[in-house]
Amino acid sequence: MRKLRVWFLGATGFLALMGVSKLALAAGTVAPVINTGDTAWVLISAGLVFLMTPGLAFFYGGLVRKKNMLSVLMQCFMLMCIITLQWVMFGYSLSFGPDIKGIIGNLSWAGLHGVGITPFADYSATVPHQAFMIYQAMFAIITPGLILGAFAERMKFSAFVVFSLLWATFVYDPVCHWVWGVGGFLRNSGALDFAGGTVVHINAGVAALVCAIVLGKRKGYPSHMSPPHNLPFAVLGAGLLWFGWFGFNGGSALGANGLATSALVVTHVAAAAAGLTWSLLEWKISSKPTMLGMITGAVAGLVAITPAAGFVGPMDAIWIGVGVSVICYFFVAVVKAKFGYDDSLDAFGVHGVGGIWGALATGLWATKAVNPAGNNGLFYGNPGLFLIQLKAVVITIVYSFIVSFVLLKIVDLVIGLRVSEDEERIGLDLTQHRESGYTMLD
Amino acid sequence: MRYIIAIIQPDRLDEVLQILEEKEIHLVTVTNVLGRGRQKGISEVYRGHKEGGRLLKKVKLEIAVNDEYVQVTIDAITQGARTNHIGDGKIFVLDLKECFRIRTGEIGKIAIG
Repeated sequence: MRKLRVWFLGATGFLALMGVSKLALAAGTVAPVINTGDTAWVLISAGLVFLMTPGLAFFYGGLVRKKNMLSVLMQCFMLMCIITLQWVMFGYSLSFGPDIKGIIGNLSWAGLHGVGITPFADYSATVPHQAFMIYQAMFAIITPGLILGAFAERMKFSAFVVFSLLWATFVYDPVCHWVWGVGGFLRNSGALDFAGGTVVHINAGVAALVCAIVLGKRKGYPSHMSPPHNLPFAVLGAGLLWFGWFGFNGGSALGANGLATSALVVTHVAAAAAGLTWSLLEWKISSKPTMLGMITGAVAGLVAITPAAGFVGPMDAIWIGVGVSVICYFFVAVVKAKFGYDDSLDAFGVHGVGGIWGALATGLWATKAVNPAGNNGLFYGNPGLFLIQLKAVVITIVYSFIVSFVLLKIVDLVIGLRVSEDEERIGLDLTQHRESGYTMLD
Repeated sequence: MRYIIAIIQPDRLDEVLQILEEKEIHLVTVTNVLGRGRQKGISEVYRGHKEGGRLLKKVKLEIAVNDEYVQVTIDAITQGARTNHIGDGKIFVLDLKECFRIRTGEIGKIAIG
């Protein structure tokens, strides 16, 4: 413990030293005024995005086997606790704090030092700084949550906790800073990511693929796996995700205004188009439209529109939704089977692949008619944006892949990533938590 | 004709079914059951209260076979369900008096099919 504290203080001092000059500059901007409507919307959005993590818990939980239901719920709730504390202690400062060479924020906002109830104009001129901070906290929580779809039913709980904390610190926080932090190099390069297509979905999706590869397949995969144990739970979860996404994308306007409306509308339209498309594909290819296919499509649509919301119009959002379902369906049904990796709940297939499509689609359909602060995409006469988007995608994929891989290997060496074969057979609920999700007798 | 009842570990079910299939024993009824043997269960803890000695989840297979298939069936189940750990389960073999196939009205050996 003492070692940890010494390390923490040393790191704080070092990083604070590097960033102190820029902080002084930022503090020199005009004192902004709080807008009540904007603040109300951002606070409500924080609640909406928060609800997505329990929603995700049920979405994923319904898809695993009975014996692992609680383990999934527990992992999601654990993230709500540890990432919140990580965020207020130092995660927010690393992500959004005063910039160090475009790579990371320094630690001068650690412990929310200086993050008060007056607005910080560079992020949200009309909303208290803490409202922005807690809204962003919800994104930091759900992102490692998305990854767990790839290692569900076989990861040690202790290893999960340590990996998630390390991943939030060494992958999420830096990438968040690059894309959204003032001074972040991707933000400065003009890459557009309205609500987290790159930061959240590609980032988590690629980490999920790495997890699936490093942890290996579940015992019995793919020939001897039971079907999802409770699809109604998965549907409930998907419904909560769709609902929460209005805060995820609409809230990212950081104001109760036209931009928030536009983002919310295209979010809804894209989800509808994607859910319908996935169903039609199944109807055509495998004879019947399924409930699981419908919700998978809807979630994929929400993923794809995330970077584009706030930059595209509602008719173009339809194409983003249709496109994501076609691409993700192909990945989940064909590519995953061909390569044989066990991305248990398709965290990569939906969030990784859907996120990549969404980020690139932003480069196709973005238009200044929707958001003058954005840019025009390829279909609006500016091929340059597509290349910028592509660069941001590739950089995020490479960084997330490599660092996630290294972190997993470290945790594997120190704690061991996988439960024993016996524990996997009995189930994580009983072996990791000493509980059962369900009883057989009353 | 014999009626074979086997109580096995839930996670061995797939393996057992696969081996039975290979031995051309296709007809089987499966139920989830709770039971207690010599094996002690993993105790569960709810808000600090330990709940010990609970009934364990098992799977019950019921298979009606003609005499020449009795040993094959027992071997198949044993092969699929044995892990050499306590709690692997048991196989019971009962005499079967009669068997009717509802659809055709066939009786006895041919009805077991």
